[in-house]
Amino acid sequence: MGLVINIIISGLISGSVYALLAIGFSLIFGVARIVNIAHTAFYMLAAYCIYFVTHNMGFHPIWGMIAAIVLVTLVGLVSYRIFINPIREHEGAVLIATIALAMAFQEIMVLKFTGTFLSVPSLVKGYLVILGVKVFYQQLLTFCMALLVMAVLWVLLMRTKLGLAIRSTAQDREVANLMGINESRVAMMTMGVSVGLAAFTGAVVVPLTILEPHMWMGPLIMMMAVVVLGGLGSLKGSFMGAYILGFAEALVVFLAPMGAFLKGSVALSIMILVLLIRPEGLFGVYFEEER
Amino acid sequence: MFAPLRDKSLTGFAPKGMLFPSPLQAAGLSNGVDMDLILFYLRKLFTVLKNEVLVLPSRVVVILFFLILLLLPVFTKDTYLLRIFTLTSIFAILAASWDLLSGFTGQMNFGHALFFGVGAYGAALLNKYVGIPPWGTIPLGALGAVLAGLIIGVPCLRLRGTYLALTTLAFPIILMGIVFALPDLTGGELGISGIARLAGSRVADYYIAVVVMLGLSTIMWKITDSNTGIIFHAIREDELAVRAAGINTTRYKLLAFCLSGFFAGISGGLYAHFMRIAGPSTLEVSMSFTVVIWAIFGGIVTIYGPVGAVFILFPLLEFMRFWQEYRTLMFACVVLLILLYMPDGLFRWLRDKIEKECPRCKIRNIATRDTCRVCTAPLD
Repeated sequence: MGLVINIIISGLISGSVYALLAIGFSLIFGVARIVNIAHTAFYMLAAYCIYFVTHNMGFHPIWGMIAAIVLVTLVGLVSYRIFINPIREHEGAVLIATIALAMAFQEIMVLKFTGTFLSVPSLVKGYLVILGVKVFYQQLLTFCMALLVMAVLWVLLMRTKLGLAIRSTAQDREVANLMGINESRVAMMTMGVSVGLAAFTGAVVVPLTILEPHMWMGPLIMMMAVVVLGGLGSLKGSFMGAYILGFAEALVVFLAPMGAFLKGSVALSIMILVLLIRPEGLFGVYFEEER
Repeated sequence: MFAPLRDKSLTGFAPKGMLFPSPLQAAGLSNGVDMDLILFYLRKLFTVLKNEVLVLPSRVVVILFFLILLLLPVFTKDTYLLRIFTLTSIFAILAASWDLLSGFTGQMNFGHALFFGVGAYGAALLNKYVGIPPWGTIPLGALGAVLAGLIIGVPCLRLRGTYLALTTLAFPIILMGIVFALPDLTGGELGISGIARLAGSRVADYYIAVVVMLGLSTIMWKITDSNTGIIFHAIREDELAVRAAGINTTRYKLLAFCLSGFFAGISGGLYAHFMRIAGPSTLEVSMSFTVVIWAIFGGIVTIYGPVGAVFILFPLLEFMRFWQEYRTLMFACVVLLILLYMPDGLFRWLRDKIEKECPRCKIRNIATRDTCRVCTAPLD
């Protein structure tokens, strides 16, 4: 019974993290057709930002979270403006620009904090026992916050004017432009929302994980798998895909021998199996042919 | 938008009779005719050199590149330098093979480390457990990589663009999980060490790597210039149109995966035998990303671009060794800055600066000329 609870908790947490990351990644891909490899690097930046504020400056973690979200979003917008916007027409160039950006962030963090493993105090201490399994309040908090943010995002996308603009630009860039939507401003805003989501994910998840400058690689792979599994550009797909892969990972870790090594392999194999049956992903929307 | 057509004027203008000497001449009965033949070929070589190579700076650069690489050990026996250039040559094959698949056919492959890793592990396993020497293990490892190309090619046939890129990223990671899960066979995190050396000495290693690199790059360039290469290019531009023209695109895409896997597998095998270790680092995500960076930095759809990019970026990264902490950061910044100004890649940009294309006959000319060297049309 304890095992089941463990699997559920672990699956829900990693599922929520992947969902938040994948939704942000999907958004900017849908609107601006940017495959942002640096997406999880922003997540890593946010984690380090919290470490800096709590550890080096001695503030309460909540201030760290707020500072992380604001600062990282700013960094994201500035780097978008400088490095990505001028070469947006060249697909390949954007791709390696984001890879190089992620590498640059990683190296700056290595220089500043060295490559050692660090950790951050949790926002709320203590735990409660469910059927003999320790469930930390921080885990519950992470899960609830993730759900809350996803709800807010849903309202933003479905109920506001900005959301309408984002959705219509994602659907058809040219027509959106003709309808008087400032496409490059929408792209900029979306980049802000997307990076903000990554920063938020980093902020809520950092007390549960270990900080190191390469921590962006693992989530990056899983996030991409989620996005492909759910269907590029489909937010519902990203949400479902994230929990599917999160639970698959948790099951493998707790049940299979050598599970910790195989968790990535199994999750990615699931993705490939689904793609064999449905090449556009679970909830994929076909983008109109851009020829 | 098609890349400029390459002129094929370099090939074939020997008179038929001279190419196939009569039995009388072949028997060596007339020495004078033999001399004539040699002289003819020498003269032909000279004419080609003068009229086709020396007129274009890019071709001069390629000839110089070949000569410098082949003559380098004559001038220096510095093992460190030779080691760097050996590794550079090995990675140049890898970058060019990425270009063959992703540049020409447009099948964005983010998991090119898979081929490299399969080549390296295949060669290492065969060498360690079966005892085959390097000249056998490297081609066999490459065949393993061809198989890997088939295995990932089949599910990827239905995907395109970004889907394909993100899916291919998964394959090396799946293999890495398997490698870690079987530590008895693969050595787990430590990898397979203690495999045979490529050759006896550093200079021999260097020559093997460089000659293989030059040979394979030429072969790849020839492939892209052939009919098959044109179909690859057409698939990248418009797959639907190619299908409509009655060409089985599935077969050609699989062929591209296999070819690219073969060349990348050879570079993986060379790497394993040169470093004498095949470890999980060959399968890492950063490995796949580095290949993409090299290729796009040099300019895709060229073959020479990725090769040149590796020869600039890899030694640059090595020589920044004395600046250890800032090395990767500088690398990332160089890539970012170059991209801002030349998003089509460094070598394409350079080539467009020093050469122009004749508007009438599409033959390339040095930028200082006012009229085309073939059809004398004014260049703008």
